[in-house]
Amino acid sequence: MKLSARTALPLAALALAGLSACAPQTSDNSAKSDDKSGTLRVWLFQEVSNGPKQQVVDKAVAAFKQSHKGADVQVEYIPVETRAQKIKAAFNDPGSAPDLIEYGNTDTAGYVKDGGLADVSAEFAAWNEAKDTDPTARQSVTVGGKVYGAPLFVGVRALYYRTDVLKDLGVAVPKTQDELIATAKKIHRSRPDLYGLAVGGAYTYGALPFLWANGGELATENGGKYTSALDGAAARKGITAYTSLFGDDNCPAAKCAQMGGNATVTAFANGKAAMAIGGDFNYAAVDTGTVKGKYAVVPLPGLAPGSVAPAFAGGNNVGVLKSSSHRTLAVALMEQLAGKTTQRELFDAMGFLPTYTDVRAEVAKKQPFVEPFVRTLAAGAKFVPASPGWGQIDSSLVLPTMFQEIVSGKKDVAKASTDAAKKMNDVFGAAG
Amino acid sequence: MTAEPETARAPVAAPARGRRPRPHSPRRAGWTPWLYLAPALAVLGALLVYPIYQLGLISFLEYTQAQVSGGEPTSFQGLANYTALFSDSQFWSVLFATVVFAAACVVTTLAVGCALAVLLTRVRALPRLALMLAALGAWATPAITGSTVWMFLFDPDFGPVNRVLGLGDHSWTYGRYSAFLLVLLEVVWCSFPFVMVTVYAGIRAIPGEVLEAAALDGASQWRIWRAVMVPMLRPILTVVTIQSVIWDFKVFTQIYVMTNGGGIAGQNLVLNVYAYQKAFASSQYSLGSAIGVVMLLILLAATLVYLRLLRRQGEEL
Repeated sequence: MKLSARTALPLAALALAGLSACAPQTSDNSAKSDDKSGTLRVWLFQEVSNGPKQQVVDKAVAAFKQSHKGADVQVEYIPVETRAQKIKAAFNDPGSAPDLIEYGNTDTAGYVKDGGLADVSAEFAAWNEAKDTDPTARQSVTVGGKVYGAPLFVGVRALYYRTDVLKDLGVAVPKTQDELIATAKKIHRSRPDLYGLAVGGAYTYGALPFLWANGGELATENGGKYTSALDGAAARKGITAYTSLFGDDNCPAAKCAQMGGNATVTAFANGKAAMAIGGDFNYAAVDTGTVKGKYAVVPLPGLAPGSVAPAFAGGNNVGVLKSSSHRTLAVALMEQLAGKTTQRELFDAMGFLPTYTDVRAEVAKKQPFVEPFVRTLAAGAKFVPASPGWGQIDSSLVLPTMFQEIVSGKKDVAKASTDAAKKMNDVFGAAG
Repeated sequence: MTAEPETARAPVAAPARGRRPRPHSPRRAGWTPWLYLAPALAVLGALLVYPIYQLGLISFLEYTQAQVSGGEPTSFQGLANYTALFSDSQFWSVLFATVVFAAACVVTTLAVGCALAVLLTRVRALPRLALMLAALGAWATPAITGSTVWMFLFDPDFGPVNRVLGLGDHSWTYGRYSAFLLVLLEVVWCSFPFVMVTVYAGIRAIPGEVLEAAALDGASQWRIWRAVMVPMLRPILTVVTIQSVIWDFKVFTQIYVMTNGGGIAGQNLVLNVYAYQKAFASSQYSLGSAIGVVMLLILLAATLVYLRLLRRQGEEL
């Protein structure tokens, strides 16, 4: 039997390796010093048309260098698609990590658990401008009562609709969720080439307002422990409402089950949908599409006439890395970048909604298109559970899987939501 | 996760050696062969054994992003990752789908590859050249490019396939089986050339008189293939089968690209994509490692069993 001889050597090598090799790497992210001069490295997201953003940032950096002699700033724009890997790599290798990063606000709790972000509660509390930060934005930088960054902008979604199509068919702009669903189906019946309301099985943040409007929740917190509420009666009503939009009477499941948020907005911008749930950040894309001049935006209707369905408060934050060796300077630059002046200019340049209630009210007067979005925020936007597990729930596609299971007929709402709740609880149980 | 396709392709040179009578001298070998093998083993040890060792080690730890970046201490979990994996019903359904899908891919690839290899020996130079070039083109196309092109061909709105077949806006990736079928076609398309070229080379090495004698005895083409070619090509067929099993069991790119990371509600997940989703998309490196170890063991077992079976058959022949 030759087999034994053939396996003997690799086994011996394995045993040897076992003696000499060490455990997988773990990096030390604690800061070693707090230098008051030197170069600060900053990672910001690369936007689709980054020029205007860069100009605003350059101006803010110049102002920062004016007031902090001896400090230099190096800004790098990282692609949004690969940000997760880049930021993980920065946590893994503190030696080449930046001092300050921009990050999506749903990642806050996960990054804190990873040990990547510095606690800036004291500085945030002492920061004069922070008192005008709206509560939802403040929630998006807070984990376990501590603050881990400053909100840079918020993004909310509202209902885009085709003024010409609704007028041709003689239908009114829907005022309640039931009307919205009925209108969508009515439009698709008369205009089969259009989706009534473009929806996507992978469009979590378009689906959440339906869940919240019906009184449902993603999860409930009790003493720092989260429990999924997806299988609650109210949440199930919302899931049923959203998934009722998939089908041959509005958005055929064969196509729409796979769509994400961008695909639905693209469908609307290309004139393939009469309505869509889009963000203020989608305005540029829609306004350069074939529907230019033929659409309007209103807040997504809630259950009662005239009410607004709670929107998901997306957006980005800037935070200081725990490994930064220039903590004081980095916090000062964070306050410069996320300050009122910079946010006002970012809005003018990019249309990013400010996180300060007063600045937001001020810019809404200048730019009428943001009015429905500001109104949506004022009606009370909501945020995902501030649990470190949320990042994992999001990236392991628990919610898209649930919606897709329902719309493709694999499971009913009760079974799919029970399964999804179980998956969420497994993650919460492990992550806290 | 384990061996790269490049390293897996190495045994291509093996068949030539296999067909000659083996220099059988079991007692004389001693340590000399090991000496010659030492450089290769050292490289393999560094590139293969050490990563596999790390893979195995990580699968016994709790190792997520928080542990990598030092947010939480790394802790030994024993078999917890494996228990979590084996008690997850999704793992079993993915494993089942992977086995069935890989088997279907292997059988189809071998059938198409062998049939075209026989065809190559029976057509004239020009069509043979055309077929060879077409096959090499498919072979040389990177998996991502191939998958993207196939997705375009089968696109519900703009794809030429639906237009030619008059299917309207039928979506090929919506149904579980039609999505798997689409991926299977692409996998077969890009892996049959290897089988075809290898088997064709083998057939050319069969002495012409043997085939001629069979034809004179009135054997049909199928009979010649079954009774003459297959026994003579056995070493080559062994290699291409094992290669195909390994490749198709580990298929990643095609599923990832064509079904958008595993299909609707994960209906088209195969083990490799599943491991990727666990390890990298949700940063559960330890769970992903456990899946990698399971895949490695399955492939090792399948290869060993297959080799044993063949050897036993060979002794009887």
